[in-house]
Amino acid sequence: MPGHKRTALPGFRWSLGYTLTYLCVLVLIPLAACFAKASGLTWEQFWDVVTDPIAVAAYKLSFVTSLIAALLNAVFGLMVAWALVLYEFPGKKLLDALIDLPLALPTAVAGITFANLYGSEGWYGQYLSFLEPDGFVGHWFSANGWFGENLFTVDTRARGGPLSIVIVLMFVGIPFVIRSVQPVLAEIEAEQEEAAANLGASRWQTFRYVILPAILPAWLTGFALAYARGLGEYGSVIFVADGIPGETLIPPVLIVSKLDQFDQQRSAFKYEEAAAIAVVLLTISFLTLVAINLLERWTKRFEPTEV
Amino acid sequence: MWIRGLLLLFIFTTILLAGCSNTARDVRSAAEVEIVNVSYDPTRELYQEINKAFADHYKEKTGKKVTVTQSHGGSGAQARAVIDGLKADVVTLGLAGDIEAVAKKGLIQPDWEKRLPDHSSPYTSTIVFVVRAGNPKQIKDWDDLVRTDVKIITPNPKTSGGARWNFLAAWGYVAVHKKAPEADAKQFVAKIYRNTVKLDTGARGATQSFVKNKLGDVFISWENEAILAQKEVPDQKLEIVYPSISILAEPPVALVDKTVDARDTRVVAEAYLNFLYSDEAQDIIGRNTYRPRNPTYQQKYAAQLPPIKTFTIREVAGDWTQAQQKFFGDGGVFDQIYRVK
Repeated sequence: MPGHKRTALPGFRWSLGYTLTYLCVLVLIPLAACFAKASGLTWEQFWDVVTDPIAVAAYKLSFVTSLIAALLNAVFGLMVAWALVLYEFPGKKLLDALIDLPLALPTAVAGITFANLYGSEGWYGQYLSFLEPDGFVGHWFSANGWFGENLFTVDTRARGGPLSIVIVLMFVGIPFVIRSVQPVLAEIEAEQEEAAANLGASRWQTFRYVILPAILPAWLTGFALAYARGLGEYGSVIFVADGIPGETLIPPVLIVSKLDQFDQQRSAFKYEEAAAIAVVLLTISFLTLVAINLLERWTKRFEPTEV
Repeated sequence: MWIRGLLLLFIFTTILLAGCSNTARDVRSAAEVEIVNVSYDPTRELYQEINKAFADHYKEKTGKKVTVTQSHGGSGAQARAVIDGLKADVVTLGLAGDIEAVAKKGLIQPDWEKRLPDHSSPYTSTIVFVVRAGNPKQIKDWDDLVRTDVKIITPNPKTSGGARWNFLAAWGYVAVHKKAPEADAKQFVAKIYRNTVKLDTGARGATQSFVKNKLGDVFISWENEAILAQKEVPDQKLEIVYPSISILAEPPVALVDKTVDARDTRVVAEAYLNFLYSDEAQDIIGRNTYRPRNPTYQQKYAAQLPPIKTFTIREVAGDWTQAQQKFFGDGGVFDQIYRVK
């Protein structure tokens, strides 16, 4: 058969068939249906919906907060994975188990808890008044402060502002970086590090030339997963963010509000418009993930070759 | 080999069980009826009590056992669920617009609003203000909400049915009560929403923001949610302020013709909806801090639900269909508030 390589492993046809069916039923067809729904609009209608100023502000908010949260998670997640793999300490097993909790907890619960903690009288919130517009940092970035006046204004509030979104997105994204990097880090043999040291490498050089290339692809995967997770998050964000259109309203809320609108002329809910916004989110997320994948493949060139 | 045997046994038992439960259901249905009431979020406790009373009442009258199954969620989402196939015998939603949407799809007769007394809404509620202990910002009426020093909590009317009543109450205060031109009303509500510090997606979320997270000076709320919030945290000594005039919120009920005909439950569903107007149900309604239609029970609960001047949605916008389009549709009055900076 042309193009069909025989492999030593059994079950190729079965597993491939199953994979395709599985992906089609659960991923491809629903996503295609979303695109099909959006195509019910004319091109002008679609453009009007997706370029509405409130929608554009919402995408920006979502992409920026998810990006910042994923970057922070990449840095701190690597540190946590490092500690969990390379050191022994009491309570390590417990800490390790704790990391998966954000995946299991309904995110609305997390949102309510965070909103409470960061409230003006909450455990953290009471110490964060300096970020409010009348606090010293908040003032500096506000329209009346030096930074805001001369460069651009930044909403620094930890209560209801973009920062609050970053915080909950960090919470929901924690497991991804740690769980991606952990097994790879564990696989690096102590011998490799010892060999590097024997050859006269400094600690930094060992990290830079031995460890980093090995974990980089996994690290990027973890980052991409955390980022994508942030874009789709709804449950926790609606409780912590103020939800002011054009400022702190995320695209999923916009989608829900479209679904709640009954179009009298066509006597139907505005599924098409909701799908249009979803299509924009999907496309941008997809492009981002592809870019990260390419980056990952590129970094694999630096991986130490197996002997 | 034994795995295959086990699998067969499993499949066999499943089929057997499925068959059994089917026959069990058939036997039961002769003496028992089940109807599904699809309702909005805050009515959980109310219908729990009403359903129990109705079951007793129906058993006494007909000898039949009836179970009412409840489903709760956001009013708009529930209407969509019914349109998408959720089998509801009756719908008891937060606003007529949502039932109208179900009717437009042909599931309910177009004249549904006239089939029961009082525009098919067996109870009413109104929109009030909740303020902090001692009312530090001295909020007395709608005019105080546009002061620049007042921070407001109210949910987003595009995602919350209850919040639409809040919006329309503010609008009506200017356009209906003061008979001011529409431009003034627009400006008035715009000022209110500019003072709003958090637009939650739902009414319960907004209660959380005001009560638990202590955001804002005033919370615009359904009366029953306001009383609930007060009871939830007695130590905060929250106060309820009744404005000089507010909107008469009329959450309607309707029979879903298509479902009751298919399931042959019309008789019991009709009895259920009529029961909502009975003395017994009106008493339960008052006890649950909704306003009864029956004057006797209005008086009975007047201490907690004091008389208040109101205007109706018909005076504000004609009907829900028009209100929806004009105020909450894309590019409508609400959107304009946030588009113009």
